[in-house]
Amino acid sequence: MNKMKIFVNGQEVWIEKDSTVLNAVKQQGIDLPTLCHHPDQRVKANCRVCVVEVEGVKNLVASCSTKVAEGMRITTNSPRVRETVRTILELIFADHPHECLTCIRNGNCELRQLASKYGVRDIEGEKANNIFPQDKSTPSLVRNPNKCIKCGRCAEVCHHTQNVGILYSHNRGTEVCIAPEYGKQLAEVACVLCGQCALVCPVGAIHEKDDTDLVWEALANPHKHVVVQTAPAVRVSIAEEFGLPPGEISTGKLVTALRKLGFDQVFDTDFTADLTIMEEGHELLQRMQTGKNLPLLTSCSPGWINYIEQYYPGLLPLVSTCKSPQQMFGALAKTYYAQSSGIEPKNIFVVSVMPCTAKKYEAARPEMNSSGFRDVDAVLTSRELGRMLRQEGMDFQKLTESEFDAPLGISSGAAAIFGATGGVMEAALRTVYEVVTGESLCKLEFSEVRGMEGIKEASVELDGKEIKVAVAHGLDKAKKVMELIQSGKADYSFVEIMCCPGGCIGGGGQPYGTTNEVRAKRIEALYQVDENMPVRKSHENPAVQDLYRDFLKEPLGELSHQLLHTEYRNRGLSIN
Amino acid sequence: MMSSTIVQDIIHQHGGDKALLLQVLLAVQDADPQKYLSEESVNEIARILEIPRSRVYSTASFYSEISLQPRGIYLIRVCTNAPCENAGKALVLQAIEKELGIGAGQTTSDGIFTVECVNCLGACYMSPAIKVNDVIYGDLTPEKAVKIIAELRKEYQDGQNTSGSCI
Repeated sequence: MNKMKIFVNGQEVWIEKDSTVLNAVKQQGIDLPTLCHHPDQRVKANCRVCVVEVEGVKNLVASCSTKVAEGMRITTNSPRVRETVRTILELIFADHPHECLTCIRNGNCELRQLASKYGVRDIEGEKANNIFPQDKSTPSLVRNPNKCIKCGRCAEVCHHTQNVGILYSHNRGTEVCIAPEYGKQLAEVACVLCGQCALVCPVGAIHEKDDTDLVWEALANPHKHVVVQTAPAVRVSIAEEFGLPPGEISTGKLVTALRKLGFDQVFDTDFTADLTIMEEGHELLQRMQTGKNLPLLTSCSPGWINYIEQYYPGLLPLVSTCKSPQQMFGALAKTYYAQSSGIEPKNIFVVSVMPCTAKKYEAARPEMNSSGFRDVDAVLTSRELGRMLRQEGMDFQKLTESEFDAPLGISSGAAAIFGATGGVMEAALRTVYEVVTGESLCKLEFSEVRGMEGIKEASVELDGKEIKVAVAHGLDKAKKVMELIQSGKADYSFVEIMCCPGGCIGGGGQPYGTTNEVRAKRIEALYQVDENMPVRKSHENPAVQDLYRDFLKEPLGELSHQLLHTEYRNRGLSIN
Repeated sequence: MMSSTIVQDIIHQHGGDKALLLQVLLAVQDADPQKYLSEESVNEIARILEIPRSRVYSTASFYSEISLQPRGIYLIRVCTNAPCENAGKALVLQAIEKELGIGAGQTTSDGIFTVECVNCLGACYMSPAIKVNDVIYGDLTPEKAVKIIAELRKEYQDGQNTSGSCI
């Protein structure tokens, strides 16, 4: 039998044999406090707030790291447990700045929620007097080590999920600090700015650089024509900012919300996602013809680009020269759209709403100005947009639905799935297949490249020729694929890499509470969005067809190269 | 600065084993003329063992045995554990600090002495105790400690004069 009998607060229950006490107790509807625990991470057991009493064991045990045993009697609600948890919280608070009122995590800080739950009214204990400088060295992330509670979640995601190992615990005793080595700033080390650390931080120790004021300012400026683009992933996550369950499709409400905020045009990054498929698909065909620089590696994920530039510069010739959809959008907004609308590009202010912190860095890259201006002026993460909508007093659930503006808001289902791991691959295959064979695909779904498995491989028959493709998400998995390619052991033609687990829907700028379970729900929602779209192939997007006819002329043409393509080099992260 | 070949040799002697990181760090520190781990050494160890720099630094910064700052020729470690504390360590440390004009964790400007506090030297039977490089001195008084420093200074001077005459 796989279950065993235990007692939780005197009540007999049957629990899976290898379950932890934490999970066993949670299954009884009892929500134990946790800080260092994260469902997608290994057990750390260093915060101790999840302690419970186990009969026959002298000390309280950390429920996250203790497995259940036959007949175990667990008590979660004794005065001893309550007082211990409160004391642990008081000790953490004693060494935590009392700036809750002005903290960016005010309202969603896990520590503060526990303090409220446990009735911490008094903070005793001597405050260690270390004041560490804040790290504002990158356009993406702000690190405030003073607020760090040393739970280790950021270090875990940085070392294991992303395998870049930038943040780690240093020193000992009261000097302990989670930071890059030698207390360096993020811009001085090989950080990729994915923001997964910020996503798992329970407090305000590391967070996105807040650009909401910049956007408020532009919206209030009568001389600025402010246009916004939204990434595919945001439409299936923004509702979570308003307490709705993950996986809610809220495209129409999102558009209404953005219009109500005062954006002059509400466009869609999906439009340039379709365009990316046109450019990248033709790039793939070209490379397959010449047999050079294969496999083609996708380039839409800016965290991934930061990674390959710094960690595998030797493989840079393989990366698609296509700018990401965000940057293609910016370049077109200030050229194509400026011309067709008769608005001076210098007066156009492009805002993008992204699930991503690395997008802020990407937009700030000095080469991203092919329109003659900075292509994308401000990047907001999903969390920042949530903040702006709340400031505006918007009741998101009650909003009516509306449509994106044309033409830069017209897109296909293929573009929507860009936000999920395997989506770019699938979208590209839909187009490349039809361009190469001239035949219509009878089944659009490429299920082998879907799902949360870290590395996915598939073979596709193209015009009688079999090509191998691979998809990886999370940089630990990307590294494994790069090692295969570098050692010549891979015979892929096309590889999609997304920096964050699950793809953009799991990005570092997404709503707090993002776990792999939540990611899977968002992914499911994106495939639903795709299915609901009348057009599901990028090359059939009528607005993209118009763009080529009226402006770009042809994929990989001269204007495309000038506006939509870029180059890579190992540059470090310093913007200046 | 220490050459990268020495670091490579040391790692090679340890079989290139990541699990022996601490031993590698101590050996590299020992081989450094300034008895510390330089940033270059940390980076080189990280590169060869394929461990992120932040983790090498983490281990190095955790152990008081390892210094990330250059140390003097004579490293004076003062035991601060309970038996030494009870036996008058405070006065001994005070005398050493006064004599050298530096605090614990610092190195004299001439680079001859470094004073560090450590948790136990395993010499409780002769507390209060200090360790100078590899030699333990016990049953100290402030006067004895000052005398030891004077002897070390002389030893250093003599060494200088001898090597000077060779040139």
